[in-house]
This record gives sequence, C-alpha cells and structure tokens, in this order.
Amino acid sequence: MYRYDEVDHRIVRERVEQFRDQTQRFLSGALTEDEFRPLRLMNGLYVQRHAPMLRVAIPYGHLSSRQLRKLAHIARTYDRNYAHFTTRQNIQFNWPELARVPDILAELAEVEMHAIQTSGNCVRNTTTDAFAGVAQDELLDPRAYCEIIRQWSTLHPEFAFLPRKFKIAVSGSVEDRAATQVHDIGLHVVRNEAGEVGFKVIVGGGLGRTPIVGEVVKEFLPTRHLLTYLDAVLRVYNRFGRRDNKYKARIKILVKAMTVEGFAAKVEDEWLHLKDGPSTLRDVDVAHYASYFTDPAYEVLQSNPPELTEKLAAEPAFARWLERNTRPHKQAGYRSVVLSLKKTGVPPGDITAEQMDAAADWADRFGYGELRVAHEQNLILPDVRERDLYEVWQLAKSQGFATPNIGLLTDIICCPGGDFCSLANARSIPVAEAIQTCFEDLDYLFDLGEIDCNFSGCMNACGHHHIGNIGILGVDKNGEEWYQITLGGSQGSHTTIGKVIGPSFAQADVPLAFEKIMTVYLEQRTNGERFIETVRRIGLDPFKERVYAKHH
Amino acid sequence: MRSIIKDGQITQDSWQVLRADEQGQYPQVAADVDVIVPLALWLADKSAWQGRVGKTAVWLAPDADPALLAADLPDLPLVAVDFPAFTDGRGYSLGRLLRERYSYAGELRALGDVWVDLLHYLWQVGFNAFEIKDGKDTDGALAGYDTFTERYQSTHREPVPLFRRRVTSQ
Repeated sequence: MYRYDEVDHRIVRERVEQFRDQTQRFLSGALTEDEFRPLRLMNGLYVQRHAPMLRVAIPYGHLSSRQLRKLAHIARTYDRNYAHFTTRQNIQFNWPELARVPDILAELAEVEMHAIQTSGNCVRNTTTDAFAGVAQDELLDPRAYCEIIRQWSTLHPEFAFLPRKFKIAVSGSVEDRAATQVHDIGLHVVRNEAGEVGFKVIVGGGLGRTPIVGEVVKEFLPTRHLLTYLDAVLRVYNRFGRRDNKYKARIKILVKAMTVEGFAAKVEDEWLHLKDGPSTLRDVDVAHYASYFTDPAYEVLQSNPPELTEKLAAEPAFARWLERNTRPHKQAGYRSVVLSLKKTGVPPGDITAEQMDAAADWADRFGYGELRVAHEQNLILPDVRERDLYEVWQLAKSQGFATPNIGLLTDIICCPGGDFCSLANARSIPVAEAIQTCFEDLDYLFDLGEIDCNFSGCMNACGHHHIGNIGILGVDKNGEEWYQITLGGSQGSHTTIGKVIGPSFAQADVPLAFEKIMTVYLEQRTNGERFIETVRRIGLDPFKERVYAKHH
Repeated sequence: MRSIIKDGQITQDSWQVLRADEQGQYPQVAADVDVIVPLALWLADKSAWQGRVGKTAVWLAPDADPALLAADLPDLPLVAVDFPAFTDGRGYSLGRLLRERYSYAGELRALGDVWVDLLHYLWQVGFNAFEIKDGKDTDGALAGYDTFTERYQSTHREPVPLFRRRVTSQ
C-alpha cells in the first residue's frame, strides 16, 4: 500500500496545525460559527445531535493493521469504544470532544491518516473496489490511479470551495463494485484496442434528492491526461455549477442543464488549454505510484486444499459462511474474507475497539498486514490462505464478525440515521434491526438469495437507498417517522434507480411489508432467478397489490 | 489609505473600489483618485476611464468572463477579483485563468471576504495582493502564506507538480 514520504507527512502535519489554530480561534471567538463551519467541515467535523462527529478518511478503503490499531486506540481514548464505517469507505467517530479533535488528528497523522476533505464542498475521499488488486475479475489494478487522484485532490488550491461536495470513484474490474455510475465522476480503468491503458469517464451521477445515473463524457482518456482532464471538469464545475440553491448545486444538475454533449464540449474546450501541460503524467510517474501496489510474496498453493475441503464437508455452517463471506482471489489457494459488520442487534457498519484490534491481529497473522473497507460497510481481510479459512472463521465467530449474510437481505447498507445524524428525518438503526430480526432464519435468508437492501434516514441518501434492490427512505410526516420503500434499484455495471412502491409505512409496519414483498418474490421467481431479476421481469404491480391489499 | 498585503508585505494603499449602492447606483468618482471599477462599467466606456487623471483598474465579479478583459490586460495597472463570500470559490479559477491563460503579469488583488485562512490558496493560484476584510486582522493574515510549505498540484507559483519533482525524468 502507499507509504508517505517526508512531504506527505509534512502536508498532513501542517493541516493538523492549521486546524488546531482554526479550532482555537473559534473557541476564543475570533472566528464566528458561520466562518468556522465550512472550515471544520472540510476537515471532517460535523456538529451532530449529541457531540461533534469526526469522519476520518480511509483512502480508497485501504487500511494497514497499524492504522486499524490506531483507530481502536482513538475509539477507546477519545470516544466510546466504537466507530462506524460509512458507505464511502471512511470511518466516523460519534462522540469526540471538539477541543480534543486536533489531538486526534495529530495521532492519526502518526499513522499516515487524516480527516482532510471528508466533508464540505470539496473533493472527497476517492473510493474504489474493496477487492482492488486481489479480485479474480479485475482487468486493471486501479489503486495507483486512486493514489494519484488522492494527491491531486488533496488541498487543491483552485478547488477548495466548490459549489457542493464532489465524489470520485474508480473501478478496474468486470463487475463495478465502486458504484461509479452514482458518483460525480466515475472512472473505469480500461484498455483500448491498441492496448493502451486509460479511462472511461462518467460524469454527473449521484443520489440525494435528484438521483441520476451518470453519463459517459469520454469513452477513452489516455492515462497521461488523467489530471489535466480532471482539472478541466472541476474548473467547468467550479465556475458554472449553481451556487444559489444547495439542492441544485451538484455537478449532475449542471450536466443536465447543459446536456451531456454540451457539458462534454465545454470540458473539451477547457481541456485544450490544459492538455499536455505540467500535470501530464509520464510513465515513470505512474510507475512510481504503482510500485506501492505490487503483489505481496504469495505462496504457491493448490486451490481447495484438504484442510479446507474436509472441514467444508463436515460443517455445513462453515460451508455456508465460506459461500457468503469469502470471495475468489486472483491467486490460487487464497480467498478474501469479508468480516460482516451486519450482525442483528448491532447498528450496520459499527465496530468496537476490541473488534478492530482483533481484525488487525488477523491481518498480520493470516495476511500481509492489510485490510480493506467495503462501501457496503464491512471489513475485509484480502489475502487469506484457503487452508487458514476454518481458523479465521472460528476467530471471526468469537468476535461477532461471522454472520454469514454478505450480499443477503440482512447485509443492510445503512446510514446512522436519526439516532445520531442531525440531518435525518427518521431513525434507521432500529428499523434495520427489526428487518434483520424478521429474516434471521438462515435457511429462509439463504433461500431468498442475493438482495441489496439499502437504507437512508433522509433525502441525502447516505445509505444509497435509490440503488438498493429494496430501498428504504426515512421521511418526516408531521413530525412522525415514516418509511418509503423503493424496489428495482441496483448498483454495479447496470446501475438503476429504484421506484417508490406507494405510500410510506409506519415504523412497526416495515418488516411486514418486507415479508409480503418476499412472499411475492418466492411465489413468482423462476428457477434460479434472483430477487432483482424477478422485480425487473414482473414489474412493481404484483408487489404493490400484495403490500397495499385491504384486509377483509 | 488602508493597509493591504502586497507581495508578502503590509503596505498602505489608496485604490478605491467602485461598487454599486443598494439602489444599484454608482457614486461619483473624483477625477484624480485611483479607482477599481467593475468590468461592466469598464467595458461600457473604456476610453473615458483611460482618459482620467487618476489611474483606473478593473474588478471582476465571480461570474465574470475574464476573456472580455483579455485585450486590456497588458495596459491595466491592477486587476481585482471579488469574493462576496469566502465559500464562493469561483475567483480561484479566475485567478488561474488570468495568470495562465491570459498571461496577466500585473497586480492581482483579492477583495471581499478575504482573511488569513484563504491566503495560501489565493497566493498559489496567482493573487499577489489581498485587501483583508474589515474586522479581520491584516497583520495576522501574513501568516497565511506559510500555512503549507509544499503542495501536490501544479499551481501558478510552482507549475511543476510534486509527482514530477518526486520522480526525476528519465
């Protein structure tokens, strides 16, 4: 993984000192609340219901065991012993004290971490496939480009005060696991017919109030032009994006207003002036960053060793866990293990300090000291030998990480909701738990198969409800919490925005609505058809009829 | 006269900024004062402004098109960009365009909601003079230059981005 050099360290240290000074000036009254707000937001600090919330960047979801131990230490020392993984591969602390935040940042800087641009109207953490570098279906490793983009976007002097937040995601595999079509910029690392590496550039996707699937503005951008092209896109957005209405300020609104052709032409015009300028990447530059992402010293192993196959035959529960919570690896004899943070009764994405320490130890013992954070809010051990899987499973069980539900209905993507977030219209955590409880029977859950269930507590859509096969949105009706259900959304290579099935539900009625939807699916599905495929085939009406049927 | 920051020093400055009042009317400008006028007024009667005894400069609002000023840049003693709110980042792009696309080499001044926390970025994109907002400390704002000793990107001050300086060319 990427390691800081002296300059990276210095930049982060200087940002910590700048923020310490800004915080002190706010506490002494030299900065007003209105002045301090944008400054603290662009350093990841929100003021929430109970306390400030600090969001720490995990660049493209890469984490070392040392960093995870530091996060555990911060959770114990400055917070209440736990933290929360977000849908953008970041981690949040819910209870830090404002005056101590600069000290937290100083501790993070020791392990090459920061909270720079994890919020605010600026370029946010660059995200990618959680399985980048190890996935079996990877075409090109996106991580060197992610790091190049991370550095380009960090404290960019021209783009510190954009009209609104700006999110970039990169994917290099067959299946898009980075939700690139719902980002301000989505980049697919591709090879053209001549064998040259470059990017397909998608602009203007996003969720929130106006969910839009992004459109391609450039089919093939050669690698060397990556940063000059990004500068051109950002400059057009910075200058012409709306600033009069925050709900119309994302780049997707500008792209719609200009049409994608008009927008692409404007960018092209700007790019002509920047193209081949000093920010042009040379092969040696790309090679420099790629050198941090070489393969570890994998052992030469056979797939399916007897240590694995014997245990699989003997213990169906282990087989079930392996099927759901591990993924194929590009290296024979290895798999990636997903540690589920979706155990019923624990808010989705929450992790305790003890769990962090345990996972860090396993990363050292069973891998190469690295972990990944998935945007589905789970933690990943990327390189586990198949012969060690049984032991890892036992350990994962001992720490509450082994719920075999990855990709299933109870692996709910969920924002913190009204329990923590001051923007939320409704609580999400208790409702997610009620759904998880309702589908706890593993045979039933497995029979239902792969279903993405995404839950947002408000229109800001942090829980990505629009692209859940089933989405839930918390809404406020005269001060009461209600829940709207959408069906048919999907992420990945065929991103689709789900459709609302009808009037919203009271909290207590959500699990019942889910049960009815699942009953329709089980009645209607043909052999091997996944939930989303059935929804696409039969449409929403059969579900609506069942869910809203009058009782007689 | 007021204190401003120019080229890293506090200096006394007599330029007056011509802004519309609440009714949208512009006050009269005495013939012998040095005045910074809005782009629209400049374009409407360039020769009249150029014929004054006092010097005339131009300021751009964040939504201005700097191309409209391109032909006049070599003759202007000063160009200013207004930041009506510090969160309005359009002026940073204008600064770069004036310096990099239109090769403006004269004084480039930031006006409006400008204070210490913005100075570093403004300097990097090409501004070299700063009229610090009333009520904010001008002397203290000088420290803003040095907030960061290095940066990743190609900027007006350091066109060669860090990645190119890290890896020497082969």
